[in-house]
Amino acid sequence: MFLTQELILASSSSGNVSVYRHTCNQNLQKVEMEILWQGLHQNQGTPCSCTCITSRNNEIVSVGEDGRINVLDMNKNQPIRTIDKADSSTTNAVKFLKQCEIITVNSCGQLKTWDLRQHTNEPAKIFLLTGEQVPLNCVDKHPHQPHIVASGGQDGMLSIWDMRQERLPVTLLDAHSSDTWEVKFHESRPDNIFTCSEDGAVWHWNGSSMSSQPGKANVSNVLPLTSQHEESTASPWLASDASKHRIDITDLIPGNIMSVNSLDIENNTFLCGSDAEAVYIVSNLTIW
Amino acid sequence: MASERDNDVKFLDIPSPPNVHGLDIGLKAKWGRGNQLYVFPSPSEATELVFELRRPQQQPQAQIHEVRWNTDMYSPITRKLVNESHNTFKALQKFGSEINETNRRTQLVKFSRRYRSVMKACVIDLQTSIDGTIDESEKQEFMGQVQLFEIIELIWSLCEILFIENLKGGAIMIHLLDWVKWHFTQPNELCQHALQEDNPENSSFYWDAIYSFVLQGRVGDARSLLALHSLKDTDTFTSIDELLRKMPIYADFSGLTLGEFDLKWRYWQEECARRLDDGDFGHQKNLETICKILCGEDQVFVDLCDLCQSWYQMVISKHLYTNPTVKAFDLQYHIQPCIDAFGGNSQLATLDNIIHAALEFDIHQVIKESSAQLSNWWFSAHITDLLHHAGQLDLQKLNFGSDLREFLLLEYSTSLMSHESLWQVGASYLNHCPEFGRAYLEHYVERIPLTTEKIAQKVLRLCEQQELYESARSICKVMGMKALQNGRLGSALSWCLKSKDSTFATYLSEKFLVEYTDRGDFSNLDIIDNLGPAMLLSNQLTFLGKYCEFHKMYADGDFKAAASLLLSLLTARLAPKSFWMVLLTDALPLLELDDVIFSSEQTYELMHILEEISLCDRLENVQAANEYKENKEDNKSESKNKAKLEVGKEKVELLKIGLARNLARAIVVEGNVQT
Repeated sequence: MFLTQELILASSSSGNVSVYRHTCNQNLQKVEMEILWQGLHQNQGTPCSCTCITSRNNEIVSVGEDGRINVLDMNKNQPIRTIDKADSSTTNAVKFLKQCEIITVNSCGQLKTWDLRQHTNEPAKIFLLTGEQVPLNCVDKHPHQPHIVASGGQDGMLSIWDMRQERLPVTLLDAHSSDTWEVKFHESRPDNIFTCSEDGAVWHWNGSSMSSQPGKANVSNVLPLTSQHEESTASPWLASDASKHRIDITDLIPGNIMSVNSLDIENNTFLCGSDAEAVYIVSNLTIW
Repeated sequence: MASERDNDVKFLDIPSPPNVHGLDIGLKAKWGRGNQLYVFPSPSEATELVFELRRPQQQPQAQIHEVRWNTDMYSPITRKLVNESHNTFKALQKFGSEINETNRRTQLVKFSRRYRSVMKACVIDLQTSIDGTIDESEKQEFMGQVQLFEIIELIWSLCEILFIENLKGGAIMIHLLDWVKWHFTQPNELCQHALQEDNPENSSFYWDAIYSFVLQGRVGDARSLLALHSLKDTDTFTSIDELLRKMPIYADFSGLTLGEFDLKWRYWQEECARRLDDGDFGHQKNLETICKILCGEDQVFVDLCDLCQSWYQMVISKHLYTNPTVKAFDLQYHIQPCIDAFGGNSQLATLDNIIHAALEFDIHQVIKESSAQLSNWWFSAHITDLLHHAGQLDLQKLNFGSDLREFLLLEYSTSLMSHESLWQVGASYLNHCPEFGRAYLEHYVERIPLTTEKIAQKVLRLCEQQELYESARSICKVMGMKALQNGRLGSALSWCLKSKDSTFATYLSEKFLVEYTDRGDFSNLDIIDNLGPAMLLSNQLTFLGKYCEFHKMYADGDFKAAASLLLSLLTARLAPKSFWMVLLTDALPLLELDDVIFSSEQTYELMHILEEISLCDRLENVQAANEYKENKEDNKSESKNKAKLEVGKEKVELLKIGLARNLARAIVVEGNVQT
């Protein structure tokens, strides 16, 4: 991911995190490694995969298969903070919720929030869908309303959570037929969500056609929404209509057979990479 | 390196440790995935015995070497080819299963063109790399690959014309002429050379260029070159120009039937012959040669064989000027004399053999030759599959690997298997091999290296899709063991739950409990807390889950529920015996509370359990004492044992007191209620 205009942050499956500088000098593009943090993720000496990185301002957080959370600073060689037993299973993704607060998802289907200002090594809150142990693969937060978080699971389910509520997800959308590898809210139009999956489908969920009235929740497996929802800025993702099939879903790459592992969206351009060793770019998407 | 196969036996030097004993150390090998072998120096049993006798400490150091073959599709450029052709292959399979006769041929031609365009793109990429690299060996490698793919494309397009497109008599010739024109560009080069000079007609390339154009049937280009001649306005030149202009060329939409075209053509050729015999071109030897070509005289073709470049071009040119309405099947009639003109059968290279087989409509021979001669299976597998869908291939059963198409697909996917990421493509091809695909897949899936969890998940998805449940379970077990070896008990537990392996679950729960007794608290609490119905997998696991629940209830202050849970754990004998003491010790604080938590019944139960434990302990002590007498252990362990006994006795005493007190209070309380 891009840290700044020129710096790229990358994580690797050998447990390292590195920062590369990208320079473009009259059509000659160069990418050079600038900083390398080695051995951030390992199991008793054997390096293991660093599954996700995220950054905000100058803080970088990395998580990996060893269940460890590392907080890095660009100016220091060693991580400034390590939470060793953050997770007993693999932590699959991490995102900054607010400054100093991060959220992680793991292979036991749990969503954990951490307050980095605290010095305890315990998560601030744990969310999960009880009875299931379906691994969650990815997480993203709503750009304007940080209490809304979306996550994608191994069974292809897209869940929307409200951080202010207690532990259960608010909305469950039965989406793909196989693992959902990545989920993303559109930065400026968060009524649009993008997901990509192992079965090759890449979907653009357009929730703007749903009414955003605070409604009674008659969605499956969900606690009744409290009166906190009477704000006028309630997001359609938390409303009851979300699960009543009234979302427009567009398949962005019809006929794709190989798994799509990762995606990104910027204004009207959509980018994703697949197992067919190809990167697809879809431009001029209509985003309402 | 992509090249034609050598017929020599290949040798590969595997370095082995120095020969310490003057004995030869043999080699052993184990299969990897598909096109991969693990080879290691290893003495045979006889030499091993000798090692043992002589110097048992000096065992040779073992190194494992990985040997792979057929890996020429692994370079980044050819990988693109692999992936793109995979897409086309899948689309073709989907189309093939829809039995729809209309437009079938056109669709198949479209697929064939897709394959060809992918090949062409690969060639272009390779050529760009050649220009971009300075390393000589790399350049050589790329050039070899370019050559190979160009040969493949040549053969493919010929196969497309002959086998896939359903062309009528006259149309074949047009397509073949196109084929020649696009693949053999020598006349263009000759023409360029000629035009570069001030006086083209005096250039040595001039007449060669014109002959080549005529041989390729490009009369328009021949005429424009002739028009540059200074003598173009003389009779002879205008005469030849007229003949060339009037040459009938078959076109599908001209409205003429084949018969009518044939008639017209024969009339034209008679005119050419007549003019030749009349001696119209007596003075201009060159123009006479042209006319002889137009008349289809055999000798002139032999004389011009250099310009024909290859015998198959000659075959096509001959047919053009003797029988342009030839049907595809009849193309073979001129083959032998042309081959002879080029030096006979002994001079035939592999490409020639393949084209020979193609022109003779011997599809099996084409496939056989190309499989044997080309160094990778890409071409054979895909063309066979395409021809199968075109209905041109009669799939007989072979002695191995079921039918030809499946055999080739199996070989192709095998060659992709040992690559880190192309194995997915290989697995996808195996799905379309009805007879052996599944067995092969099962075999390979177990050997894919599971370096990260994401790969493991993908392999699991694959297994689930193909209903290879056994393999899925074994993968979960492998991941669980790996996690265990890395000290990640929680991760191991989650994999174990996926595989529903109860023995492993029991083992892991025991490990957790041992950890608890050592450390006094649980690690990985977040998993155990939230096991849910999964904890029923094994008794130990259930106990673990419930015990954690007990602790939670205790911490929450829900003492009554905690107490009854504890009791049920003990009475249901869910807890392992070693843990009973721990549970009783946990019960101790509950006994000391102000409120009476345990009823008298429950207290009796607890006392019963305590007695049982004490009995076991006493038995153990007696046994230990006997052993001590026999073995005379040293003082340290003896004092440790004694200390343990003391602590144990103390605990039992405390419990007895606590239980007795509780019993007393409980009876009083219960007595009050009754009255």
